Amino acid sequence: MAIAEQAPAKQAATNGSYKVIGTRPVRPDGADKVTGRAKYGADVRLTGLLAGFILRSPHAHARIKSIDTSAAEAFPGVQAVTTHSDMPPAGDRVAQLGEGAVIMSHLSANVLADKKVLYKGHAVAAVAADNIHIAQEAAQLIKVDYEPLPPVLDVREAMLDDAPVLIDDLRTEEFGETIGDKPTNIATRFLFEQGDPEAAFQDAAVVVEREFKTATVHQGYIEPHTATAVWHEDGKLTVYTSTQGSFSVRQQVAELLGLPMTNIKVVPMEIGGGFGGKISVYLQPVAALLSRKAGQPVSITMDRMDVLEATGPTPASYIRVKLAADKEGKLLAGDAYLAYEAGAFPGSPIAPGCMCIFSCYDFPNARVEGYDVCVNKPRTNAYRAPGATQACFAVEAVLDELCEQLGICSTEFRLKNAAKEGTRRVDGVVYPLVGMVDTVEAIKNSEHYNSEIGTSMWATPQADAGNGDSPSPVSHFLSPNNPRGRGIATGFWFNAGLKSSAAVTVNGDGKVTLIEGSTDIGGSRASLAMQLAETLGISVDDVNPMVADTDGVGYTDVTGGSRVTFATGLAVHEAGLKIRDQLCDRAASIWECDATDVTYQDGAVHGPGGKQMSFAELAAQINQTGDPVTACTSITAPAATNAFGTHCVDVEVDPDTGKVTILRYTVAQDAGTAIHPSYVEGQMQGGAVQGIGWALNEEYVYGEDGVMQNNGFLDYRMPTTFDLPMIETIIVEVPNPDHPYGVRGVGEVPICPPPAAINAALHDAVGIRMTELPMSPPRVLKAILENRTK
Amino acid sequence: MSKQRVVTCSINGHEESFLCRPRQTLLEVLRDVLDLTGTKEGCSNGNCGACTILLDGRPVDSCLVLAVECEGAEIETIEGVAAHGQLAPVQQAFLEGAALQCGICTPGFIMSTKALLRENPHPSEEQIRFYLAGNLCRCTGYDKIVRAVQATAEQAAAEN
Repeated sequence: MAIAEQAPAKQAATNGSYKVIGTRPVRPDGADKVTGRAKYGADVRLTGLLAGFILRSPHAHARIKSIDTSAAEAFPGVQAVTTHSDMPPAGDRVAQLGEGAVIMSHLSANVLADKKVLYKGHAVAAVAADNIHIAQEAAQLIKVDYEPLPPVLDVREAMLDDAPVLIDDLRTEEFGETIGDKPTNIATRFLFEQGDPEAAFQDAAVVVEREFKTATVHQGYIEPHTATAVWHEDGKLTVYTSTQGSFSVRQQVAELLGLPMTNIKVVPMEIGGGFGGKISVYLQPVAALLSRKAGQPVSITMDRMDVLEATGPTPASYIRVKLAADKEGKLLAGDAYLAYEAGAFPGSPIAPGCMCIFSCYDFPNARVEGYDVCVNKPRTNAYRAPGATQACFAVEAVLDELCEQLGICSTEFRLKNAAKEGTRRVDGVVYPLVGMVDTVEAIKNSEHYNSEIGTSMWATPQADAGNGDSPSPVSHFLSPNNPRGRGIATGFWFNAGLKSSAAVTVNGDGKVTLIEGSTDIGGSRASLAMQLAETLGISVDDVNPMVADTDGVGYTDVTGGSRVTFATGLAVHEAGLKIRDQLCDRAASIWECDATDVTYQDGAVHGPGGKQMSFAELAAQINQTGDPVTACTSITAPAATNAFGTHCVDVEVDPDTGKVTILRYTVAQDAGTAIHPSYVEGQMQGGAVQGIGWALNEEYVYGEDGVMQNNGFLDYRMPTTFDLPMIETIIVEVPNPDHPYGVRGVGEVPICPPPAAINAALHDAVGIRMTELPMSPPRVLKAILENRTK
Repeated sequence: MSKQRVVTCSINGHEESFLCRPRQTLLEVLRDVLDLTGTKEGCSNGNCGACTILLDGRPVDSCLVLAVECEGAEIETIEGVAAHGQLAPVQQAFLEGAALQCGICTPGFIMSTKALLRENPHPSEEQIRFYLAGNLCRCTGYDKIVRAVQATAEQAAAEN
């Protein structure tokens, strides 16, 4: 399959095997999304719709002594006011939400604060009014009496014995057992061990140990959270929302409000990005409470400040890594200590962080210790390969330095020590066939790797595009005298399996309708329709996919964990096989032969004596010859579609300002089989750019009072078009043995390597080794100056 | 709350009159008064470009414009880009080039691209990247967006 811009290291195994898979059709939901017709969460318009607004805590940590809502309730145009007291007691239930477990009492107190506020922006009360301006004005009339408490904002400070404690009844757990009896901010301790790392470190030729810090960063989806709820007069509830998991929203709202799940319908609107941040509920239960009180539909949409301050960013972290190798460059041992900020309530992605930190290499001896720690920041949530990017930054930096000390090229070191089929990961998993080596080889053989550093648009500025007086804006920060460097890094994500459902109906016009439950966050209607078309041997244009609400399709887990094209793809494939069986039976009854004499091939049924009918010919007869032909499937997918990616980056560093410019960037990734190569490339490019933002600019800046000082897109600086070159892609295809078409999840891996690759490039360019994210201009400049005085 | 005013302007070539309060932004009026929800809200403070519309031919963040300022103005929104049921070339290029993933930023990018190509029909990659830097996309890494804009310009050049 000619899908890489450069020839892949290994010829795609799926080369030419498929008719639909590997092509690049226009996505089925595309036209509505380029014309503004597509309905996203905030586009719901209902008769009598009220606007909701949430009053939020100005303090990072405080006790709520009292809340007086009477003035707001009396304000003209206000229809309802709600606080935590309207929520039923949550008890001690734990809910599985796709990418992690949640203690319901914590979720309940996060949705509307109970006795304490635990971060600036914590929701305290909500108002529904005739319009948003009235709701905002009325909310300011709510009197909240706070007793401010000292906040703790750093993971290591929060672990100290004398740190302010956020949640009074929290005790440390390890593997489900309580291991402490004192109030603490440490929710969980993890420990993975294999072999004898102590002995291995003593015998090693080279040992490198470093410590790292990373800042809190946000997923940064462009669509703010939004929810519209209608509490019907018969006690049923409809929620229109943009979410990564409509069934997860249904479950959370049911448990939070004490409603039977079946009484709630969640309608997934088009979703404007999520990256893991739109799984947990924030507004949905509040809109429901307001709607019940007001007797009218209520819609709540966050503004950007709320999104940054009060949703689920990914944790800041402290990580220490020690690696050892022998003098031939064989890895002997690894030791890692990771402490992740959970935010206000337990639940950081420390477990995947611990699983991923040594996952790219074969470690005969390893020890990983991890901590989930509460601090006075918003409760963290999943963000694209949750927990893995921080870990990748740390381990790859130590690996790069280890290679330098050994005098071995890091690419050769990676190939020598790569995880392969049969390698045991530190958490116990033994890999099936994986493509780690293949992605490193793809980079090693790429045109980029074998070219001079920096041959991009930036490096060869088009000074004049033939239209006169347009000086190059880039020339302000690029100079031929600036140092340049190249870096490589590899990352890993394991991908979720979980549950998916699909239903297929054959229509008389020779086409099919596909109903599925995975909200389409970036082209999954296309990748699922293509797998069904391939299974049925029909054109992808003959498949009409739709994402159904929670009443319209079987249970389906979240769109997350890079699972949809893989797992919902499995469900869709199985439904296709069921349709094929029914079509064979139908053909047999039409031809009056035995069903075992009919086969399905290339979009047609074939019977005895060379009889043949195309899918369309048979479909046209369905309703005249028997029952309608439909199929429903529900599956539980295996949870290991291990995916690897290796990135190569060229940077230029301005030694006077510390500004880093990306000159050229290439992503090589094992996609298993690329169903729709354009959207696979899109995931690789988008993930890499999120990683670049994390590497160079993005961070939550807090004052000592725990107030975020950069709570808008002007100062929380995400990459723009002008910060980047084209992102080159090489799709490697090592088919996943657990999927009929070999699909691996592709969405998450590409965010992991960029900070590490850029760090290696900075070392190549100016000799510095950064140990803190982001590697923003002030930090890079400081490192350059310190390096000069060494 | 102050009195509502009547504002008359042209929206996608049609004269429209609407009532609005002085505090309401053009974005709020487009979405909540005129039901033109194709223009998206991403940050409400002029930093993401999702609400980009053309005001008298210039691309502006409609969240930073007060609706009462629009008396007599010519406004173009995403709803007016496809004419007579046919996608415009820029829309077709975004679709064929897979230049959208979640799609929430797409209307804003398409409006900015329209303005860019009117001002500069043959932009270099660098000029495209400079012009579109006010529109944030978090899904695509911009690669396919820039290529879609290049494809639109190249197609227009080939047809002339």
